[in-house]
Amino acid sequence: MSLQALQLSVELGLIYSLLALGLMISFRILDVADLTVDSSFTLGAAVSAVFAVGEGSIFGIPFASHPVLALVLATLAGAAAGLVTGLLQTKLGVQPILAGILTMTGLYSINLHVMGRSNLAVPADATVFEGIKALLGEEYGELILLLLIAAVLLAVVTLFFKTQLGMSIRATGDNEDMVRSSSINADFTKLVGLAIANALVALSGGLLAQYQGFADISMGIGMVIIGLASIIIGEVILGKKTVFRRALAAIVGAVIYRIIIALAMRINMNQNDLKLISAIIVTVAVAYPTVKHYVARKLKRKGKSAC
Amino acid sequence: MLTLEHLSKTFYPGTLNERKALTDISLKLEEGDFVTIIGSNGAGKSTLFNAISGNIDVDEGRVILDGKDITDLKEYKRARMIGRLFQDPLKGTAPNMTIEENLSLSYLRGKKRTLSFGIDKKDREFFRSVLSELNLGLEDRLTSKMGLLSGGQRQAITLLMATMVPPKLLLLDEHTAALDPATAEKILALTKKIVSENHITTMMITHNIKSALELGNRTIMMNNGRIILDLAGKERDEMTVEKLLALFKEKASEELDNDRMLLS
Repeated sequence: MSLQALQLSVELGLIYSLLALGLMISFRILDVADLTVDSSFTLGAAVSAVFAVGEGSIFGIPFASHPVLALVLATLAGAAAGLVTGLLQTKLGVQPILAGILTMTGLYSINLHVMGRSNLAVPADATVFEGIKALLGEEYGELILLLLIAAVLLAVVTLFFKTQLGMSIRATGDNEDMVRSSSINADFTKLVGLAIANALVALSGGLLAQYQGFADISMGIGMVIIGLASIIIGEVILGKKTVFRRALAAIVGAVIYRIIIALAMRINMNQNDLKLISAIIVTVAVAYPTVKHYVARKLKRKGKSAC
Repeated sequence: MLTLEHLSKTFYPGTLNERKALTDISLKLEEGDFVTIIGSNGAGKSTLFNAISGNIDVDEGRVILDGKDITDLKEYKRARMIGRLFQDPLKGTAPNMTIEENLSLSYLRGKKRTLSFGIDKKDREFFRSVLSELNLGLEDRLTSKMGLLSGGQRQAITLLMATMVPPKLLLLDEHTAALDPATAEKILALTKKIVSENHITTMMITHNIKSALELGNRTIMMNNGRIILDLAGKERDEMTVEKLLALFKEKASEELDNDRMLLS
């Protein structure tokens, strides 16, 4: 793998690392498989693209464009999507998985409305990367910006989960009974957690749209699994002892995932098979403890009958 | 301190499984009262606690705590005033968080959770000092994960968490039943100490009739969702386990006869 190809994978990995970070919050900290992600990723991309492209209107409201503003709005849109899923779960009593699927399905239509069509190109000079390249150099500008964003968010997420509110959110995923008896409103902590998680996911989508130069209605499909695979790969390497480790694992895992995929494409693997491979990675990782237990018991029995 | 007025609760009303869990329960507790509650399984003891803590909504009646009607208050809001321990020692603590994080969560009981840092140096010192009073050597393990501790240690910390900010009412739901006898004894002694030091109004469910009579200043017996016996003062002082058991049989069968009469 050439150095240039490696840099490209790392850059993509850093963009996807925000997605993994968001999923780490919902899947690992809140302990819900939040399927909103598939659409909030696209929502982030759509909002980011629309507001980066130029003057225009959304739902008939005119606006002026700016690539950074576009990313901020993408993040807020993601938080709103997370709030919707959270409200479905807490206030309306919809099961967590179904709540995510409902928001995801509904958002598909909204994403189309936001973009006005199913695919929207973003010219290179309308992105945050253009400005940063002018500032930091053509070659490493993008990499430095993305590293910086990932590092800042790693610090913010780690520190946030040490605050009183952050600890309450962690406790909600760990033992909801205890949370309620500590006079914490578990509905509120779930809402905040899901909003933050999807804000990160949407920022990830928003950055990707500006990085690759387009937003596409189907770009979010399978993102949950890609994010989970990244988290699991990272945890194998870094463990999950502290929140910092977990957050770092999500970021490192996302980068490694992209490198693996780049390698797979080099040996001419069909790109359409990547989703299947991601699904298998997640299945193996989730099933591993059960299978290990099963095998250990079988071996034990064999050993007994032998003597 | 606590007044219960005509509490009633029926589960699955109008179905074959209809079950009257609480029937017209009225009770008045003075400040500093320590009431032990006994009764067979299904008598409605835990349902009574659920009704007081807001875990279930009652069909009828009011719950008044410290002069305030809390009948329609949500569980997490009542938790500002009510501490509760369960039989399962795993229920009261978050296993994947550290001891100090668990303590700090309950230390903030009743306050707004903000973005300021959860634990500072002063908190840590305070946690260390309250932990050392447990005599379990936990004061040096502030950053250990809760899940690594034994059931007894976790229940001791849960007790600490429920009382660190003294609640107006402490509900103990067989909180030593899942522990080995020696540990149970320790936790009971600790309960006694904390409750009397902080003068906390307490209700304790137990299946151990001996400790029901030894601890506290009042004992009530429940059967079929009703309070069938309320002992205090001299009558309670003179009560023995044997006498109480005999009384229970008598009262419970009376109830049974009443039911039969109603049915026939």
